[in-house]
Amino acid sequence: MPTLPPAFSNWFAANRWQVHPHQADLVARADAPALLLIAPTGGGKTLAGFLPTLTELADGRHKGLHTLYISPLKALAADIRRNLGRPIADMALPIRVEDRTGDTSQSQRQRQRADPPHILLTTPESLALLLSYPDAPRIFAGLRRVIVDEIHALAESKRGDQLMLCLSRLQALCPGLRRVGLSATVEDPAAIARFLAPHPAPCPVVLADPGPDPDISMLLTTEAPPWSGGGGRYAIPAILDQVRAHRTTLIFHNTRAQAELFFRDLWLANDEALPIAIHHGSLSRDARTRVEAAMTAGALRAIVCTGSLDLGIDWGDVDLVIQVGAPKNVKRLVQRIGRANHRYNAPSKALILPANRWEVIECQAALQAVRAHDLDGSPRGPGPLDVLCQHILIAACSAAFDADALYAEVLTAGPYAALTRPDFDACLTFCATGGYALKAYDKWQRLMLRAGLWSLRDPRSAQMIRMNIGTIADTETLKVRLKSRMGGAALGEVEEAFAATLTPGDTFLIGGDVVRYEGLRDLTVEVSRDPGRAPRVAVFSGGKFSTSTELCARMLAILSQGNWPDLPAHTADWIARQRAVSHLPQAGRLLIESFPAPHMGQTREAICLYGFAGHNAQQTLGLLLTKRMEEEGLHPLGFVASDYATLIWGLDPLTSIGALLDPARLRAGREDWLAGNAVMKRTFRAVALVAGLIERNHPGMRKSGRQATFSTDILYDTLRKYDPEHLMLQVTRTEALRGLVDFSRIEAMLARTAGRTDLLRLTGVTPFAAPLFLEVGKVPIAGAARARLLQAEIDRLILAAEPSAAPVGA
Amino acid sequence: MDGCNFDLGGTQLTALPSGALWWADMSALIVSDLHLGRSQRIARLGGGLLPPYEVTDTLLRLDQDIAAARPRLVICLGDTFDDAQAANLAPDHALWLTRLMAGRRWVWIEGNHDPGPLYVGGEHRAELPLPPLTFRHIAQSGALAEVSGHYHPKARLAGQSCRCFLFDDARVILPAYGTFTGGLDWGDAAFRGLLKPGAQAILIGRVPRAVPMPGQRP
Repeated sequence: MPTLPPAFSNWFAANRWQVHPHQADLVARADAPALLLIAPTGGGKTLAGFLPTLTELADGRHKGLHTLYISPLKALAADIRRNLGRPIADMALPIRVEDRTGDTSQSQRQRQRADPPHILLTTPESLALLLSYPDAPRIFAGLRRVIVDEIHALAESKRGDQLMLCLSRLQALCPGLRRVGLSATVEDPAAIARFLAPHPAPCPVVLADPGPDPDISMLLTTEAPPWSGGGGRYAIPAILDQVRAHRTTLIFHNTRAQAELFFRDLWLANDEALPIAIHHGSLSRDARTRVEAAMTAGALRAIVCTGSLDLGIDWGDVDLVIQVGAPKNVKRLVQRIGRANHRYNAPSKALILPANRWEVIECQAALQAVRAHDLDGSPRGPGPLDVLCQHILIAACSAAFDADALYAEVLTAGPYAALTRPDFDACLTFCATGGYALKAYDKWQRLMLRAGLWSLRDPRSAQMIRMNIGTIADTETLKVRLKSRMGGAALGEVEEAFAATLTPGDTFLIGGDVVRYEGLRDLTVEVSRDPGRAPRVAVFSGGKFSTSTELCARMLAILSQGNWPDLPAHTADWIARQRAVSHLPQAGRLLIESFPAPHMGQTREAICLYGFAGHNAQQTLGLLLTKRMEEEGLHPLGFVASDYATLIWGLDPLTSIGALLDPARLRAGREDWLAGNAVMKRTFRAVALVAGLIERNHPGMRKSGRQATFSTDILYDTLRKYDPEHLMLQVTRTEALRGLVDFSRIEAMLARTAGRTDLLRLTGVTPFAAPLFLEVGKVPIAGAARARLLQAEIDRLILAAEPSAAPVGA
Repeated sequence: MDGCNFDLGGTQLTALPSGALWWADMSALIVSDLHLGRSQRIARLGGGLLPPYEVTDTLLRLDQDIAAARPRLVICLGDTFDDAQAANLAPDHALWLTRLMAGRRWVWIEGNHDPGPLYVGGEHRAELPLPPLTFRHIAQSGALAEVSGHYHPKARLAGQSCRCFLFDDARVILPAYGTFTGGLDWGDAAFRGLLKPGAQAILIGRVPRAVPMPGQRP
């Protein structure tokens, strides 16, 4: 075992700390070109990452930037700066540490470019911005190490893809650069290592002792959970008991809307006025900072939160984590559990609360998976091309480049190791000319080839490219403020699409308050407090997570047990009743029930298809199947999807499956359906922003008023009409199929069941199908539905209005 | 012409589903805010290279309206081109426009995007009085029987957003006709000053129908 320099060993000893084996390991292997450390929360991961840097800088001889630390959160960078301050001060090390994020002042940034610190703490976006400057080679001269923190989180998104492209750029600027990734527990460390490695070089993995198994169980209540719904509000008394019995409890929810609704009811039931707060990404920065400060000070007994607290910020003395609702994904559950007892070698304590009857089975499956150390996750596939387009534009901002050299460089980034030259060239062409079938921009190309090198035609466009750096999908949001003459307090933000559905007088929840919508002013939603009323609408449309393949498989395995002594009696009885009147779904077969069912006061026909493919795939299946049923004259009226099943209702009974589930026909239907779908338009907008087709902040465009900007839906429709093979549409399609549409899981489900379909004709609604009738998010069929909604709204408005002066003909 | 009729200044006008206005008495077709050449202008300024099909698409729709209405007079209410440079249309587009103009009176009203002289035929006017109506780019407060554009009004209803005409007994404001144009929300303060209580909107793109404007109910 290598010894640390005496100053460091003494420092550890003075603090009565042991050097963890993985920390020593990282010091010993400090020369490795790439290393990945997998360690549980509280394992001294960050210090492990920084130890080699601190020892190398201890003699004070290094000039300029030595180590770049990159984390997905700005707050994490600030946190680390404070934490590093301690060893540096205690040992009087000659090391300057600074952070640089979107919050850093302009003068500070300029000084950092001229005189970089030894250690710079930053985010992927700020790094990309630094690399876009012509003086990037000078800024990064001398850089030896890069530390990528929370790489497991980055590897799941385009931010990670962009970061790896940036590292390929850095590696070219600083050939001896060494990289270290720090990751929480993941299912496939080798995949993260490939992601981080400078391809084709290897990236060895250092596995820290995972620590003791968590103390995790299901939170059982005397009352059975409801049949449907996701809030877990039925368990509020039980949860308050837990809060009372612990110092600090984190109460995780899967969505912001659920967190808001839960917090409100929790607060109403909080007779002792225990200090409880809410924290999620849509609250104003002020509100979040206040909660974070109170939490660090140990002033809170519980925090109702969402994924915004998932990452490794040190939140102090949490001794219990409660996950409300099935976790949908084992890996996320394990990472959340790690938030409790932020101390190495102490078991974390966690409870999971099923929000409804189906989720009892899912929670049971999740508990099994956690105990078996069986994590889930699906490979993300190759790096997306919109991110590459942005990278090419950023490269052009910093200097004229040679296409062959840039292609070779991009291939060293893990996610792009398999990128073909034609794909690279398509991206380059898109950046240069737009890549349209109609050659329209000869005169106004964005990139020009001059003497073998590509550069910006108009240097002014560098400013616009820089302003649009980043890959974080921004749903268009509007700020919410209290209405007052002076401009009231900011409460948070809501999605523009949600704001559009509001009419004055509507009430909704934000930050735990019921507010009343007053109107829209200067792109701000003005509200007033209206505490007495029940909120009319839930906020935030945001996408639902789908239950993972792994959890679905475990649920099917639980159903095949034959008896269920480990499940609560109410749930075991419910499963037994399903078995008595119908079948239980099985892994190798596809169960479809067909029965008459009451719907909106009339008897309709329904079918329930248990695909266990996750919400997004079951939703897509509903859209495709109803389309096929329409073609076959079965008159579907609507459908609803859960993670486990799709329920379709219509006028005619389904008596034979026929070719309804033929994969080829489903795929053909998918092509037509996808093209006009709102999911595609949403995906297109994100892709177009990342690829630089449109600008988030177009200087001089927005000034002239709202009417100057137009919807990306128009661009999407225009491309589909005139240039259907365009690169942006291809990228959009790939992304939608992978994400919200999740067609791959339908294919996997069809392959798993291989035509072994059981169509049962039954006399009435079955126990398993019943909860679906209560599920929200029912989708009416036919494009006529939208028109009908609009028509109804117009009729309502006309009835509400007085007869007007201007005569109306039609 | 199929559309939604309303009266202004004692004469009947028809809002067409395309966003054009039809004045049957004068056989006049009125469109506003074509913004031709917007994608090229953004490219010229070093911005993104938008799909270069918007001139084709806008002219195609104008062509269809003209073929259906066979107007004797066409009035473009300004902002026809996104800027003066954009007025240099590609040869095939220029030829197309010339063909549309052939055999009818054609009046270009000046807009704020394209004020200078244009190198296309037809008459150029700051505004056009054609009793009982007056045509101009930007609505003037206090005007009567006025037809204008400029604001690109857009309605939001049932979570959907679509272009619309706005009118009261003194004026009508046309939606933008150009393909690459956005809109100003009908609830915007700009409209409150121009339109009286009781003003109505006609949503285009479907069977047009008049609905009361929000906040403008009598």
